[in-house]
Amino acid sequence: MLSRVADSLYWMSRYVERAENVARIIDVNLNLMLDNPVGGEQRWQPLIETLADHKAFAGHGTVADSENTIRFLSFDPGNGNSILSCLGTARENARSIREIISSEMWEQLNSFYLRLQDQAAQGTVGQETSQAFYAEVKQACHLFSGITGATMTRNEAWYFIELGRLIERADKTSRILDVKYYIPTGSGADAAGLDDIHWAAVLRSASAFEMYRKRHGRIRPDGIIEFLLLDADFPRSVRHCLDGVRSSLHHITGTPLGSFRNPSEKLLGQLCSDLAFTQVDEIEDEGLHEYLDSLQTKINQVGSGIYDTFFAFRTPTLSRRSRYNEAH
Amino acid sequence: MNFSRYERGDFYDEMISSSGEPHPASRLLAREIEGLPPGELKMRQKAAERALMEAGITFNVYSDNRGVEKTLPFDLIPRIVSGTEWNRLEKGLQQRILALNLFLDDLYHDQKILKDGIIPREVIASSTGFRQQCVGLKPPQGIWCHVTGTDLVRDQTGQILVLEDNIRCPSGVSYVIENRRLMKSLFPEVFSGARIQPVSNYAARLRDMLEFITPDGGTQPRVVVLTPGRYNSAYFEHSFLAQQMGVELVEGSDLVVHEGFVWMRTTSGFERVDVIYRRIDDDFLDPRAFRSDSTLGVPGLMEVYKAGNVALANAPGTGVADDKAVYAYIPRVIQYYLGEEAIIPNVPTYICSEEQDQRYVLEHLGELVVKAANESGGYGMLIGPHASREQIEEFRRLVIANPRNYIAQPTLSLSRVPTICETNLEGRHVDLRPYILYGRDIFVLPGGLTRVALRKGSLVVNSSQGGGTKDTWVLAETDDSPVPSTAAGGRPPSMVLASPLIPHGPPLDDEPEPLKTQRTPHPKKPC
Repeated sequence: MLSRVADSLYWMSRYVERAENVARIIDVNLNLMLDNPVGGEQRWQPLIETLADHKAFAGHGTVADSENTIRFLSFDPGNGNSILSCLGTARENARSIREIISSEMWEQLNSFYLRLQDQAAQGTVGQETSQAFYAEVKQACHLFSGITGATMTRNEAWYFIELGRLIERADKTSRILDVKYYIPTGSGADAAGLDDIHWAAVLRSASAFEMYRKRHGRIRPDGIIEFLLLDADFPRSVRHCLDGVRSSLHHITGTPLGSFRNPSEKLLGQLCSDLAFTQVDEIEDEGLHEYLDSLQTKINQVGSGIYDTFFAFRTPTLSRRSRYNEAH
Repeated sequence: MNFSRYERGDFYDEMISSSGEPHPASRLLAREIEGLPPGELKMRQKAAERALMEAGITFNVYSDNRGVEKTLPFDLIPRIVSGTEWNRLEKGLQQRILALNLFLDDLYHDQKILKDGIIPREVIASSTGFRQQCVGLKPPQGIWCHVTGTDLVRDQTGQILVLEDNIRCPSGVSYVIENRRLMKSLFPEVFSGARIQPVSNYAARLRDMLEFITPDGGTQPRVVVLTPGRYNSAYFEHSFLAQQMGVELVEGSDLVVHEGFVWMRTTSGFERVDVIYRRIDDDFLDPRAFRSDSTLGVPGLMEVYKAGNVALANAPGTGVADDKAVYAYIPRVIQYYLGEEAIIPNVPTYICSEEQDQRYVLEHLGELVVKAANESGGYGMLIGPHASREQIEEFRRLVIANPRNYIAQPTLSLSRVPTICETNLEGRHVDLRPYILYGRDIFVLPGGLTRVALRKGSLVVNSSQGGGTKDTWVLAETDDSPVPSTAAGGRPPSMVLASPLIPHGPPLDDEPEPLKTQRTPHPKKPC
């Protein structure tokens, strides 16, 4: 497969997943605001820091209130990680590989982007329609990944799509968990109850509430951290996603699991073992926010390893396969 | 909408004869259109436009800042060509392509045609399409012009003429195929009744041709389509053709020349490329051979090509034969190489570099169409009867300053086809671009791109200047007056309404699988 094509598949997939997760994170924050009786202190600045470049926002010279933040994170073309920009980038990548993906995938991405553009032209998302809007974004992204699953052959292209989707999801689940870090819980008698409500909202934003209940029952912070980071089977947990990244990577290279031939295989092997053998109290000892920070850094390192191995522009020193081709 | 108030005007109409009745080949369609409930035609037109937008069948307009993506306007009323007429056109096109190829080969080798004085040497020497880099070159299988899209027009008398030979990188064939797919989902009843020749095998023929020109005749050649990238106005087509042929779509930066071969950069190293269907102009193909500032091409490609280690379609240097000044000599070219009269004549052409012609042109600018010899896309053109005094005077200056760069032709009353307008069907001028593949044999796709000037009275069909497209139906040769099958003829319009618009439905040309008589029962959930 062409390196450029693999690169586009990977980023198309990453950006669709990113759009979905931006919608999730905005949605959880909106929910948290509604459940926060402590005086309605609105905390949008952390969200901007988590999801985007705060300099880009500062450049607008507006205050980080809910309306400005929502517009910035959802529709701002100057914010490369706004939902509109993500889907625009995904679509541009898809356009350059239309002959590789199925027409159904292209049409879903294209028509959703066109709808979103119409919505963006109206300015912003009103409070009364915001839940429906972010649900629609999630739905459209799910539809895209469902169509992908139902129409793509399990070939190299598919594994690059999986790679992009899962690495992005691992990163974003860790960020969803991090949102909670910024939310003040106040003090006093209500604080504990409120904290539970916040944690439940975090779970919901990862579509994890129901599955969590089945596994752990009571809402407990350590249970939730464990579920979203270390669970082997929940499809949005960081461990599950990174296991998937690893397996896709090995499908592409043909390297047997348990060994490695390139830096990202090595790093992923270590990271997956770490997640499999870490206990939640160790994370709490280190501090959740610090742990998540270092996890995100490692995930980024895996990403650059993938870039170096597959996409980077190289000069020809003939590979084994091409020498073979030349001889025949 | 119907034809009762249709004004045929003083033109040749592709659908309605001078008596006001449809031509025999168009009867079935005319009846179908008249039988539609009011508003239905408009509704289907809207459905077609939506389907094109959703499918992203769009092109980019460079000069338009506001939203670069547009769909090419598509008009539902097709142009119909009878089998007998097509048969003649097919022979004429094959003749022309055969002669053009011999012409190109001669120009880059012995130049007999110049020595024999058939064409003045300076016409060739001054053509920007003539590439010194191609002199002495022997393309695989001796073929230069693998893909051609010849522009044909019909004049007032009903005669079909060649307007232009597009022998470099003709585009538009993807619209032929996509328009047909749309039409089959919008008018299934007509397709089941009329014997319309299919166009869907174009990609397969294209791939066959490309594999045929593999340099060393290898059995499993790697074919790629080379595109300037997704900002090119024809990007959809490049991607579409690669997809339909099942080959890689590459950009210049995906390819690299090394040790005498062309390789593409893949996730598992470098793989050799044998055949390149390039959709990049000569100028940008190889910065070492042509324009050195090109970032679209592949440095060193021409050396590999000259060494015979890669095939290019079309060969570089073909532009000289579709130079508009060279065009004027093509009937003589056909006569010279084949000893035959051109089956499809040229539009009479005045060559401004010839003194007598120039004098005539300057005296009759208000009646003529003047074209720059090396421009395409409808740019650099004067349509005398529609031009302002200033425009005419501007062209007078241009022609005098650089006569070699201009030709002139009489303003043709291009034929018209009924077209869906605001409230009614109105005649709009059209041309026709058939596509010809030169490989093992010369294949003419039965159909082509009918381009239509959507602005009332306009003669400019280019997509960049308010043109749209129509499907082109070539009927099977033996039968010019299609007899509707009973099923199609008896189908009430309401059933037509229910027929879904399937932008990416299954191919309808294939025979359906026979039904199994014994069915395996579906398993049920036990109670």
